[in-house]
Amino acid sequence: MAENNNSSKWNLKTSSLRAFTMLGALVVIWVFFHWQTDSIFLTPRNLSNLMLQTSVTGIIAIGMLMVIVSGNIDLSVGSLLALAGGVAAIFLTKLGYGIVPSILAAISIGVIIGVFQGFLRAYGNIPAFIVTLGGLLAWRGAIKGISQSETVPIVDDAFKAIGQQYIAPTVGWGLAAIAILAVIYFAFRKAKAQKDYGVGEGNLGTELLGAIVPIAGIILFIFVMNSYAGIPIPVMIFLAIALLGFFITNNTTFGRYIYAIGGNSEAARLSGIDNKMVILKVFALLGGFTGIAALIYTARVAAATPDAGTLLELDAIAACVIGGTSLMGGRGTVLGACLGALIMASLDNGMSLLNLPDFMQELIKGSILVTAVGLDMIGRKT
Amino acid sequence: MTTLLEMKSITKEFPGVKALDDVNLDLLEGEFHALVGENGAGKSTLMKVLSGVYPYGNYEGEIFVNGTEKRFANIREAENAGIAIIFQELSLVKELSVGENIFLGREPSSLGIINWTEIYQKSSDLLNELDLDINPRTEVGDLGIGQQQLVEIAKALSQDAKILVLDEPTAALTESEVETLFNILRDLKKRGVGMIYISHKLNEVFQMSDRITVLRDGQTVATESALTLDKDKVISLMVGREVGDIFPKVTHDFGEVAMEVRNLTAYEPDHPDKKLVDDVSFTVRSGEVLGVSGLMGAGRSEFLTVIFGAWKGKSSGEIFIGGKKVEIRSPHDAIKNGIGFVTEDRKRFGLILDQTIMDNSTLAGLKQISGSFITHRSRELVAAKDVMKSLRVKANSPMTITGTLSGGNQQKVVLGKWLLTSPKVLFLDEPTRGIDVGAKQEIYAEINELAEKGLAIVMVSSELPEVLGLSDRIMVLHEGRVAGKFVKEDATPEKVMAAATGHFEKNGGGDGQ
Repeated sequence: MAENNNSSKWNLKTSSLRAFTMLGALVVIWVFFHWQTDSIFLTPRNLSNLMLQTSVTGIIAIGMLMVIVSGNIDLSVGSLLALAGGVAAIFLTKLGYGIVPSILAAISIGVIIGVFQGFLRAYGNIPAFIVTLGGLLAWRGAIKGISQSETVPIVDDAFKAIGQQYIAPTVGWGLAAIAILAVIYFAFRKAKAQKDYGVGEGNLGTELLGAIVPIAGIILFIFVMNSYAGIPIPVMIFLAIALLGFFITNNTTFGRYIYAIGGNSEAARLSGIDNKMVILKVFALLGGFTGIAALIYTARVAAATPDAGTLLELDAIAACVIGGTSLMGGRGTVLGACLGALIMASLDNGMSLLNLPDFMQELIKGSILVTAVGLDMIGRKT
Repeated sequence: MTTLLEMKSITKEFPGVKALDDVNLDLLEGEFHALVGENGAGKSTLMKVLSGVYPYGNYEGEIFVNGTEKRFANIREAENAGIAIIFQELSLVKELSVGENIFLGREPSSLGIINWTEIYQKSSDLLNELDLDINPRTEVGDLGIGQQQLVEIAKALSQDAKILVLDEPTAALTESEVETLFNILRDLKKRGVGMIYISHKLNEVFQMSDRITVLRDGQTVATESALTLDKDKVISLMVGREVGDIFPKVTHDFGEVAMEVRNLTAYEPDHPDKKLVDDVSFTVRSGEVLGVSGLMGAGRSEFLTVIFGAWKGKSSGEIFIGGKKVEIRSPHDAIKNGIGFVTEDRKRFGLILDQTIMDNSTLAGLKQISGSFITHRSRELVAAKDVMKSLRVKANSPMTITGTLSGGNQQKVVLGKWLLTSPKVLFLDEPTRGIDVGAKQEIYAEINELAEKGLAIVMVSSELPEVLGLSDRIMVLHEGRVAGKFVKEDATPEKVMAAATGHFEKNGGGDGQ
């Protein structure tokens, strides 16, 4: 039995090794920028800003992760973001609907288009690359047509709050308390389940010890955010979706099916999984997340422009890939995708602070993407 | 005779496992040297060391080819030294022609422009030399699996291989194809080619070998002349213990008819006019093992796939489970109706190789085992541990990645996956292909135990002894049609083979219908 424990620990180590490597890379990037920007980078104000910048790409990356793990790809999210944001702005500003119908419109459009593309992919057997490449062109065209290529301004303060407001510091601490209690509750539950089923160590002490890191993280995060203005609402939404994504991929049958299909679609099908329906749902989920991201994006800039979200699909894919997602499907984690998005945003943020010219920024981002994946491949071989 | 190859004190370690421990192997000119051993004994690892898959420095020990030490950094260097390996999984490109495949990577060309005439001329000569009636311009994907194997051998010979390694080359071949292959190998022997032959089929091993080397747990147990050994001795060397009758004599108590299939017909997906399964009807009772025999292409796997709802082409027929007519449109429906399907080719259809034993074994029954929407890891762990214990899966923990397991253990995980769906009818398609005697025996015992527990079992197998040894009744298919049905007592290898080759009048009697 000692053997069992050893090997499961070893497995745990290898899987979290990647997360630790990425955290290490993030720290290096942060320290480097902090040093280069004369101590501007790691100030509460900039970190708050950085989290804001991460949220839109991050939300989409979480949906993209599931699409990629299922063995597919979605190139249309940038255009879809422009379309959903544009429709919400038109609903709000031009047609005078309230804020709730506008929000619902953006999310519904995302879901409907996700279902549509997922349907073509799964039931029409058209490769995802082609379906969504078509979407990339078509949805951009659609928003240009609907808005007559004009920017639609947003004046509604409640709507703008989605992208611009902060959660009051006291509320932030309240949320922190709830989160900490949840972490402790899950540690208890895990230890109890292990004991009940006679698997694993079932040691409450170990589990609680393991909970210290996330609890410290929560406290530090709220402290930093509150040192500026509180948690930005987009960041709150991002965190909620990250939790949802984490839950779906780790704790649901649906999530397991996504990995099974990406790992071996024939084996999955013969195990009774409805591959087509799962793929359709994965695209729908990404569509919905894109709708939510569109609201944040539009609210933040207080206007919907037809060229919003250009190249966003590539940022989201890059975030997944930097986070260790295999484009062949079957492999990748939500945590990795979120860290990947944070790394991408950190590069953007830091290089802007350094006033690097655009061409340099693009050169550097491209090189880092390829290097990160290259190192990952080398690491996998040994 | 000169020594072609010497492998001295080869040791190869993986994290936590010594796969090879001081193994020695030598090969003489014109020798047919069989390498046998249970799964995980280290045969494939040894061949990977030989072929440069594991480069020099990755293992300990020395390799001598024609007396000079070789340190292969990659496969190409091993090929250049005259070593060719034909792996279990064919490495031909299906979309390319036979000729293109033979010269893949070594196309005759000048200034980078391929000389097609030469490719096809040379391939044609080569195929003629082997007495193979194959057009070099045919796409490999259009050839049967047996012919593909022969093309692979032609390819190896075109590289002037002096050392030819064959890893389970007959696993997918029919008897006549095996005969063709053996004739070619005998011819090569005369030309001085040394052959290392890995196989689980001891009949073939004794038919062909000069010497036999037995590996067990990464160590050389014996290298002896085939004349001084016999089958029982080899088996006991392989498993390290005396083996009794590998088919335990048990009588099953039959219950009610668990499944009845009437007039099942199915067409090839790409050619909707071509019938692959033609009007097949049968019943199977709980507690009974129905063996299905037939040659390649007789529709054996196909008819299981059709019943299971996984067929991609057109099909018709009626299925009754427990006396009730059921509609099965998808594997999901089949599972819901209590059918489990241990598919052939576990790597392609059975397992997700980079996931764990736990993830794989709970996949088909996930909603029953874990929860209909939210999964419970602990419940899955318990289920996976039960599978590992009851089927004796040899692995460190349920979190071991299935791709790292030996074939026999992988097969047990697939079997476990289906047992966890609590089936009433279990389909087994080639349940012991490519696994060693020890693991086979365990699987046979498990099949009998499942039948005793009241499961109805339909087992397709291309190994006649297996069908005869395990089945209560045998159904023989020939070109998609039922060509004969036998009860255990009546079945002889001759009768079954006669039916399988279409030389037997359909016998409807004696099958309890």
